[in-house]
Amino acid sequence: MAADVPLLRARDVSKLYGARVGCRDVGLDLWPGEVLGIVGESGSGKTTLLGCLSGRLVPTSGSVEFMLRDGTVVDVLQLSEPALRKLARTDWGVVHQNPRDGLRAGVTAGANVGERLMALGARHYGRIRAEALDWLDRVEIDRGRIDDWPETFSSGMQQRLQIARTLVTRPRLVFMDEPTGGLDVSVQARLLDLVRGLTADLGLSAIIVTHDLAVTRLLAHRLLVMRGGEVVESGLTDQVLDDPQHPYTQLLVSSVLQP
Amino acid sequence: MTEPALVVEGLHKTFTLHTQGGIQLPVLRGVDLTVHPGECVALMDPSGSGKSTLLRAIYANYRPQCGRIVVAHDGGRMDMAGAGPRELLAVRRRTIGYVSQFLRVIPRVPTLDVVIEPLRAFGMPREAALERGRALLERLRIPERLWSLSPVTFSGGEQQRVNLARGFIADFPILLLDEPSASLDSAGRAIVVELIRDARKRGAAIVGAFHDREVREAVATRAVTLHGEEAA
Amino acid sequence: MSAYNFAFLDEQTKRMIRRALLKAVAIPGHQVPFGSREMPLSYGWGTGGVQVTASVIGPDDVFKVIDQGADDTTNAVSIRQFFERTTGVRTTTRTDAATLIQTRHRIPETPLREGQILVLQVPIPEPLRWLEPREIETRKMHALEEYGVMHVRLYEDITRHGHVETAYDYPVLVNGRYLMRPSPIPKFDNPKLDRNPALLLFGAGREKRIYAVPPYTPVRSLDFEDHPFTVERWDRTCALCGAADAFMDEIVVDDKGGRMFVCSDTDHCERRRGR
Repeated sequence: MAADVPLLRARDVSKLYGARVGCRDVGLDLWPGEVLGIVGESGSGKTTLLGCLSGRLVPTSGSVEFMLRDGTVVDVLQLSEPALRKLARTDWGVVHQNPRDGLRAGVTAGANVGERLMALGARHYGRIRAEALDWLDRVEIDRGRIDDWPETFSSGMQQRLQIARTLVTRPRLVFMDEPTGGLDVSVQARLLDLVRGLTADLGLSAIIVTHDLAVTRLLAHRLLVMRGGEVVESGLTDQVLDDPQHPYTQLLVSSVLQP
Repeated sequence: MTEPALVVEGLHKTFTLHTQGGIQLPVLRGVDLTVHPGECVALMDPSGSGKSTLLRAIYANYRPQCGRIVVAHDGGRMDMAGAGPRELLAVRRRTIGYVSQFLRVIPRVPTLDVVIEPLRAFGMPREAALERGRALLERLRIPERLWSLSPVTFSGGEQQRVNLARGFIADFPILLLDEPSASLDSAGRAIVVELIRDARKRGAAIVGAFHDREVREAVATRAVTLHGEEAA
Repeated sequence: MSAYNFAFLDEQTKRMIRRALLKAVAIPGHQVPFGSREMPLSYGWGTGGVQVTASVIGPDDVFKVIDQGADDTTNAVSIRQFFERTTGVRTTTRTDAATLIQTRHRIPETPLREGQILVLQVPIPEPLRWLEPREIETRKMHALEEYGVMHVRLYEDITRHGHVETAYDYPVLVNGRYLMRPSPIPKFDNPKLDRNPALLLFGAGREKRIYAVPPYTPVRSLDFEDHPFTVERWDRTCALCGAADAFMDEIVVDDKGGRMFVCSDTDHCERRRGR
């Protein structure tokens, strides 16, 4: 585990739509095993930033570098499309807010989990199925549902299935966009717990975009606060939430309803 | 004389409340403090004067305006006031332990897992960590039937004892204690005293706020105020 | 007879299709788009196969047409007559006597030779279409060899039926590179694709795609290590010629459900009977 090279390094990332700012001059370093939260309200640029970091959007300027398993550092923005697609299937994972965006419809849960394995050349039905069952256990989905279609699952189960489908190839960096959006509070809690446990057990790095500060408190080691496309504050999660410096961060923190 | 474990120099912390018209609350106004291994320094200021603020600032939970917080970490010395998040996380994992007044409870995580988590960050294998955790929970008189439950439903005193277990389980060179005996009965307080003494014996440098006079007198090697002279 | 060009298509169209065929032969299994013309038969009835045949047929060819293995069904007869009228070439029902064979849904039982051309009629050329409706996406998947999803389909079959249920148009990997649909031939015929001495050409008229498997090209049917590819077997022999290893048709012979099994390849059956 190289200590000197970050897993992901972004410098001066900007995404402009003409005069409109998606995000501007964002820099960050992410190290193996760290979970970074990006918070802000709608329109803050956090989703745009996530898109730029994960190769789905091409930034107007700036650089994004990623360290591969063998230690070489690649410039994500210069990667060819085949290389980027391969990266997205192996070393990276994406958890979408709407699980339907991250699952394959019309295909059983087991096939959903096994697909990435088959895409990487797994050719033994029995072993693929065994690994799918193992992952269903890990995300707390009843094994008996392995041959059911995700359309028959509750939204919380769909989200957990999406996580299994993404993590099955042991990606080193997972991008999550509002992973608990749209879920009931109790379902959220269970999901967050699962994500927390998995990131710790698997030593994952993750970048989690959310508007929900409680999610960051639970999952993230570090936090970036965005507003109007810019990072207004950053630091350790507990420091940013307990001792916010920037007026906007203070507003955000004080606006959270305490039950 | 050995090297100090913790040196605080000229620490200033002012809170600016932007949501309330920008009023400023200067809490720490140039705090100096040096702590050596084996010492237990008690902060003597009255409630609300900034004891918690100092402890939190040392732990990087609060961000000071200026000053230095130099700790002995990983064989070298590091000024936490200028350090980045990665270094701060490393310091929290291996050098500074912090026992706050409250146990932040994550539902569904069993007590034993809550307690051993700092050891896992040290890389201790799970079985060894569990053994140590069980021993410490026993010592703190948390009944075994509670070990597999989340502390969410525990009483204040039980939660505080879980908090203490988590704080004292790893051999942190520096310990920050914010009212460790709060919510405890006299037997509980006695155990706190034992834990602190054991930590001192192994060379930990301890800074604490002790509201309870008995506990303070039993553990403190030195008493100071944030901005004044040292008291004996 | 009205003045149609030789084999109906104009020479420029034939050139265009031949260029597509050359590309297809150069990249075995890769789908090449072509400017499919309107033909005097409807889409779904073999317009692709007819256009390929029309582009490669010459005056010295000996031409055979089969439909589900038989020379005498309506479709086979119609297409054969079409080429008789527009080219005047000799036609035959004997596989070993033909130089050019157009077929729907079967590969002849009689092994093919070097120099022969087999033209197969294809309804849907894209093997990934079941999973991915977007053409831009399937093209990328082929370009990047992202074929894992085809195994998802097989996985689903095994999960649902205990074995791979696909019985025809069974997906294959051509020359270790391109995933291909062999057209709705029974999987029984898939082994014949592998290293066949003949040139295999595939035409899809409605979908406007041409592909090819040049002679002696390795073609492998997809499977799992623990569920290997197998072909159909019957516990009967042909009621007419006694063949035990040919693909059978099941024919209902009376109102009481009586049935008989006969070779689907009529030429093969006749030869075995010495006709």
